[in-house]
Amino acid sequence: MKKMKFSRKILGIPYAVFLLLFVAAPLFVLLYYAFTNGEGRFTTANLTGFFSDPNTLGTLFYSFGIAVVTTGVCLLLAYPAAYILATSKLKAKSVLMMLFIIPMWINFSLRITALKEILTWMEGNLACHPFLNTVIGMSYDFLPFMILPIYTTISRLDGALLEAARDLGAGEAQAFLKVTLPLSLPGIISGVSMVFLPAMTNYVVLDMLYNSTYIMGSLIGSYFAAYNWHGGSMIALILLAVICLFTLFTSGMEEENTRGGTLL
Amino acid sequence: MIHKIWKSAVVVVVLLFLYLPILVLSVYSFTDASNIGTFREFSIENYVTLFTTPELVRMILGTIALALSAAALATILGTLGAIGAFYSKKGMASAITTLNQVPVVNADVVTGFSICILLVVVLGVSKDTFVPLIAGHVTLCAPFVFLSVIPKLKQMDSSIYEAALDLGATPAAALVKVVVPQILPGIVSGFALAVTLSLDDYFVATYTKPATFDTISTYVVNATKGAQTTIKTALWALSTVLFLAVTLFVVVMNVRAEKRNKERNSV
Repeated sequence: MKKMKFSRKILGIPYAVFLLLFVAAPLFVLLYYAFTNGEGRFTTANLTGFFSDPNTLGTLFYSFGIAVVTTGVCLLLAYPAAYILATSKLKAKSVLMMLFIIPMWINFSLRITALKEILTWMEGNLACHPFLNTVIGMSYDFLPFMILPIYTTISRLDGALLEAARDLGAGEAQAFLKVTLPLSLPGIISGVSMVFLPAMTNYVVLDMLYNSTYIMGSLIGSYFAAYNWHGGSMIALILLAVICLFTLFTSGMEEENTRGGTLL
Repeated sequence: MIHKIWKSAVVVVVLLFLYLPILVLSVYSFTDASNIGTFREFSIENYVTLFTTPELVRMILGTIALALSAAALATILGTLGAIGAFYSKKGMASAITTLNQVPVVNADVVTGFSICILLVVVLGVSKDTFVPLIAGHVTLCAPFVFLSVIPKLKQMDSSIYEAALDLGATPAAALVKVVVPQILPGIVSGFALAVTLSLDDYFVATYTKPATFDTISTYVVNATKGAQTTIKTALWALSTVLFLAVTLFVVVMNVRAEKRNKERNSV
């Protein structure tokens, strides 16, 4: 009996070692590089440098701006669509839902290329509306990641709750505001966390749409191109801190599903 | 009635937003136009270029080979990890689960950059060995395999495994013949997810790949900066081919799932 248990537990060892090597160790290296300089001596210059340079601070705020607006646009588009689909009695609704998810599986750079061609045709010169185009591009890229968790949460709602609300005299709007909306919050939070962080870091969307302003991800890219591992590590660390804060706020409230994993 | 029209209008608008660019590009990929809006004549030139230009063919095959090998490794590691964590003591299991969560919530830029620093800068592994690239992609994918296998382990009927042991199977044989078949759907969807994550990745690849190797993402991003027209329009053909392949795959998978459900219901 003892031997059998041992043999099953032992299977986890390769993965545990792998996680230590490629997840934990890189984070420690990042921490070390962020607080040392080129000669390997301890320094907080990278940290204070980031928070005293108006350029990098501007980048932080611009990233937040892009991320907030993109998340808002995605939510405004995704919630009604997910709600309508989840509550409809259509037989084909699973097919429709599939249509919302399929773009998730197509290479994002090719999808952004397609969007870029359309936007160029509509606007002429893309460089005229960098902020607008970036928000459109990111919403286009990330929208399915917002729709899926919201749809999943709403379709799992207990219909009896809504009936009870109506029996107790709530109108259509009131029932929605007091029952459906609060109960779909886990899906919303899940979707927001799938959109907000990529929107702060996915600088390729900006590059491809000719927006030359930096976001947090572009800073890492530029330090990488300049072989400045110390500066890049500090940016990565600051991003990690943002992610940790975000996860702390949302932990336990999220819908359990990530990046379309429930589709198949 | 008006209510209904409103509702379908919302769904249609969102679908148009998601599909119009890809569909328009697909239509234009069958013409000799080099910009959208300058419609000219039907042509399959883009598809000929796509499948006969050595550089493009190498890039596509390389991306697929990378995705399949990284996904295979990730599936083996993630599945073993899930089984191991599931049968481990609480402390060990939660340590693995927590570390597993890091690449899932982390930004891909940070994952790619940190692996590059550890392997390339600190340990001095050459990017030309493909080791940093494969390691990066496995790190990106394995946690998702882990996450899709764990629920299947929780749903599993553990008494069948005990029965197999009582009937004389060795633990290893019982694992392969009893546990694995029960969690197979989780392994398969984990593998599929790993393949798509690897195919879609730009950031990990760009920080860890050899200079002479390109994935679809890194190639497309560079190509849009260079803007050589024949390559640009050949990429329209590529996105059409990928779009059709993904659609076909998803439809087939869902039809099969539906069939399975029906069979289960009729039994």
